[in-house]
Amino acid sequence: MALYDLTAHELRQQLDSGELTSRELTEALLERIEQLDGTLGAYITVAAEEALEQARAYDEARAKGEATHPLGGIPVALKDNLVTRGLRTTAASRMLENWVPPYDATVVERLRSVKAPVLGKTNMDEFAMGGSTETSAFKVARNPWDLERVPGGSSGGSAIAVAAGLAVWALGSDTGGSIRQPAAFCGVVGMKPTYGRVSRYGLIAFASSLDQIGPFTRDVTDCALALNLICGFDPRDSTSVNLEVPDFTKALRVEPKGLRIGVPVEYLNQPVDPDVRAALDKALKLLEENGAVIKEVSLPSLQYALHVYYLIAPAEASSNLARFDGVRYGLRVPAADVTRMMEETRSKGFGPEVKRRIILGTYVLSAGHYDAYYKKASQVRTLMRRDFEQAFKEVDVLFAPTTSSTAFRLGEKTQDPLSMYMTDYFTIPVNLAGLPGLSLPCGVDKGGLPIGLQIIGPPFGEEQVLKAAYTYEQLAWPKGAGRHWRAGREVAVDVR
Amino acid sequence: METRDGRTVAAGAGELPRLTAADVAKVAAQARLRFTDEELEQLSGQLSDILRMAAELKAVDTEGVEPTAHGIPVYNVMRDDIPVPSMPQADVLSGAPEAKDGYFKVPRILEEA
Repeated sequence: MALYDLTAHELRQQLDSGELTSRELTEALLERIEQLDGTLGAYITVAAEEALEQARAYDEARAKGEATHPLGGIPVALKDNLVTRGLRTTAASRMLENWVPPYDATVVERLRSVKAPVLGKTNMDEFAMGGSTETSAFKVARNPWDLERVPGGSSGGSAIAVAAGLAVWALGSDTGGSIRQPAAFCGVVGMKPTYGRVSRYGLIAFASSLDQIGPFTRDVTDCALALNLICGFDPRDSTSVNLEVPDFTKALRVEPKGLRIGVPVEYLNQPVDPDVRAALDKALKLLEENGAVIKEVSLPSLQYALHVYYLIAPAEASSNLARFDGVRYGLRVPAADVTRMMEETRSKGFGPEVKRRIILGTYVLSAGHYDAYYKKASQVRTLMRRDFEQAFKEVDVLFAPTTSSTAFRLGEKTQDPLSMYMTDYFTIPVNLAGLPGLSLPCGVDKGGLPIGLQIIGPPFGEEQVLKAAYTYEQLAWPKGAGRHWRAGREVAVDVR
Repeated sequence: METRDGRTVAAGAGELPRLTAADVAKVAAQARLRFTDEELEQLSGQLSDILRMAAELKAVDTEGVEPTAHGIPVYNVMRDDIPVPSMPQADVLSGAPEAKDGYFKVPRILEEA
């Protein structure tokens, strides 16, 4: 099996035994990026020199017995809304096309501290606003399983990189499904931790009360390793929560017996693709046969998730994006006076979807509309949190589809914002309630496209989620997780 | 819609909210964005669709329900009061489109007297 096919924990053994150096591994991945990324469009910026330098530093430290972290020396990709000191960070927007940040995001500091080479910055929807990576100002991103289809979004580039072997793992951000949905579309594992688990310092803000950073990996074990590295309190993010971070790998246990799985009836009543429904049913049946208890639960407020999200997220976005005014950093379009300069800069720097949300957000926050829209949405958000609290009194985890269908075609939904927004139907409630949610592969549809299974836990219940995910993964793919995506990916990418 | 005393309220059942091109233009000026007439028309249609969907929330009883601002509420977060060095001025200004004498420079704001 090629190096780019292996998981981080498999590569760990080779690095530790000395049969592989980080430099060799990094070179192999850079070569793969060189070969395939012209087609796939996963990266906006490839940082070959920096990555090789970090790999060299790791190899030196390892030789001295100093580098011991499980993810040390293992190349990673970063969504291009995580700021990296000295490395261009664009958020896939013309507004930041040439911005080189003067500081590192907290998660980036953590990667540097274990000497994990950063291969580059991945493609995404502009400012993370979109569900297909099609609002990127720079390039088209393609699903490695079918190049005429979207990889999902907004963290599409990170999902492609992990699925197609252009990185061992990657970081993304999830505001309404932007990690879980592309993970489902590309057949990899993606997790949004509990709001407050991971510092957002250095994440370019979209909707501050919903945004959360999380990993893309090829299996659940790597997901736990990634969480161990990125989770934890950070005084620079006042919403990060000062709670002890457990060793998440301890949750990697196959324990289906007595596992209480809830399935929201509101989700069962939603129209979903029959293949997606069948895959969910099959996963539930497998766990039930092994001793899990499946129970239908009702969360009536779920039906309003989209309504609430598309008021709250644009409202927060309009406020966050006010900072792009051509004064301190990013694009400036010169004009005679300061107001015109700002108008020209923002009109040229932002793409259509970002502008649409700024207008919507500015409108719902404006005097006279606040109570009817933003406040009302925030109240319904409370009802949603209560519904989840109630459900988690009866069950350990909730199971749901990640998406109602598999990856759609490029261009299929770009003219209809509402139908694009609908793709986040199953993922949004998790952000609104601040919960941990994970998507992992649970089969393919008739067209051979991957289907995602979503597992949701209570606040700070990452361990419950990981245990359920690991249990399913090991029962469903006993020959080793990851084989599944490999098969599909080879068909789509390598046999071209 | 506007009531007689000038307050704007969300439309009731049967009076679905609609943003006209003129409404969008007004909001655009507040957000420092400019659009062509064609874009304004298109936006008014798309935003009206979204607001009509949002108006369905009126059906939900939220009497006495506290709004949630964050999924996981944390209150009064203070960091330890220990002085730490700030980012060097040169770094702060490194991304500025225009800077002079340690300041961000912008086009003229006030007319000359």
